[in-house]
Amino acid sequence: MSDLLKLSGVHTHIGRYHILQGIDLAVPQGQVTMLLGRNGAGKTTTLRTIMGLWQASSGEISLNGERIESRTTPDIARLGVGYVPESMAVFSDLTVKENLVLAARDGPLDDKQLEWIFGFFPALRRFWLSRAGSLSGGQKQMLSIARAIIEPRKLLLIDEPTKGLAPAIIVALIECLKEIKRKGATILLVEQNFFAARELGDNVLVMDNGTIVHRGEMAALAADVPLQERLLGLSLEAHQ
Amino acid sequence: MTDLAATDPLPKPKRDLAPILLPIALALVMIPLIGSPSTWLTLTAASLAMGMMIFIMASGLTLVFGLMDVLNFGHGAFIAVGAYVATLVFAPFAASIQADSLWVNLAVLAPAALLSMAVSGALGLVVERVLILPVYGQHLKQILMTTGGLIVAEQTLYALWGPQIIPMPLPTSLRGSFILGDVAIAKYRVLATLIGLAVFIAIQLVLNRTKLGLLIRAGVENREMVEALGYRIRRLFLGVFMTGSALAGLGGVMWALYREQVHASMSDELTVLIFVVVIIGGLGSIGGCFIGAILVAMVANYGGFLVPKLALVSNIQLMVAILMWRPRGLYAVTSR
Repeated sequence: MSDLLKLSGVHTHIGRYHILQGIDLAVPQGQVTMLLGRNGAGKTTTLRTIMGLWQASSGEISLNGERIESRTTPDIARLGVGYVPESMAVFSDLTVKENLVLAARDGPLDDKQLEWIFGFFPALRRFWLSRAGSLSGGQKQMLSIARAIIEPRKLLLIDEPTKGLAPAIIVALIECLKEIKRKGATILLVEQNFFAARELGDNVLVMDNGTIVHRGEMAALAADVPLQERLLGLSLEAHQ
Repeated sequence: MTDLAATDPLPKPKRDLAPILLPIALALVMIPLIGSPSTWLTLTAASLAMGMMIFIMASGLTLVFGLMDVLNFGHGAFIAVGAYVATLVFAPFAASIQADSLWVNLAVLAPAALLSMAVSGALGLVVERVLILPVYGQHLKQILMTTGGLIVAEQTLYALWGPQIIPMPLPTSLRGSFILGDVAIAKYRVLATLIGLAVFIAIQLVLNRTKLGLLIRAGVENREMVEALGYRIRRLFLGVFMTGSALAGLGGVMWALYREQVHASMSDELTVLIFVVVIIGGLGSIGGCFIGAILVAMVANYGGFLVPKLALVSNIQLMVAILMWRPRGLYAVTSR
């Protein structure tokens, strides 16, 4: 399986702070790679650096073999990278429809794709003409993900989609992401919820203090309780 | 799919009518205070006309504030430049301006306004590229650069046209008033109100009915996410900046005709009003800017009539009152 995304020796500074301290990672094509770690480990910064929202101070980032570290955010998005930020960042003053119309950058909304999305996000059909600001947290997350997949994307960067959501909604969201995965999407997914990570991930990267401290298969980490405790400070059993 | 299926329909979002009702309530409250209905009507018409002119000048600034978080203290330069450019058209066609025919007057007035908009818009392009581009995200430097730009523009106008006030007479057909009973409403004020309404409707149509408008509204709310969707918001901003500059130029022509004079520092008195309007309207909100402009003009006109001494500080008092009621302005669009 070839690597769609590669980061080599990536450093990112935000003001005086040295956040990413030489990140090396690879995201294989067609797989879900989980990025785990404690709060402040640098997970969100990694996604934002890949997306060009924060500029890497040094190092190389390549997408499909093409260097992107000095490209602007719109250029990176146009290479086929979809981004779902931690804050969801739906445009609350716009309707659900208007949010998706904007996300469909290359033309009008594709009815077939829209029906596929409505299949697992039925709330979006119901609230099609409602302002996004009036949706619940879970529905906003649906919209945020729908926005990223309304057109085919090579790579999805998803930042903590389950954060702050009720358990029942988390279960449904995991099913949605599994469906997206079955369609062959390549995903780099930041997640604090180890249950969600175990359900979705093919591979896992664990970050601490701005570096990758573990890489391997998700199933292996899920089965190794002492390793979970050492890397993440808790075990899956404790988490459940 | 569990809760996500959302079986209960969302409550319809409440329309926030309070800001819209505010100028109406203010106008109604003034009827007994002013006493004479004809005076009240004259003052109200004057307020609407003045409000529309301020709105035209402020609309671009509020979008620039909201969309790119840029503090442009030099916005007044576009107003003055627009007015001066109009004098270039008026001077050789003085006879047409003095003609009795509305169409002959408009044949000079319309090209003058269009040329003013074009020149102010082009100046906006230069200002954005030269002064603002290097200082994006640095508010203090933006204030210094744009204030410096305003001073340079004013001094350049003095150097080119001289320090004297240039008369800019109203076209003959726009002089005088429409008489309704014992109420006199100046013709030019009616025209200014109609142009202001047309600009407001045009901006609303673009913002609400086009993808470009969606992008602007989304950019005002979260420009980073717009970029993450693949849109080059800098180009969008440049377009908005140029349009805002062009509208300021149009406002400059209208204000010069209202005052019947042009001078290089004419924007000084307006800049404070424009900033008050943008702040009380809510950064980035065209609707808030529209209502704010009418409120500012009403307070200036009613206040000037009832308590002339208070007129000097009435706009600041209005801003304080509005911000105590709604700290982010009448219609908060951005979180800034």
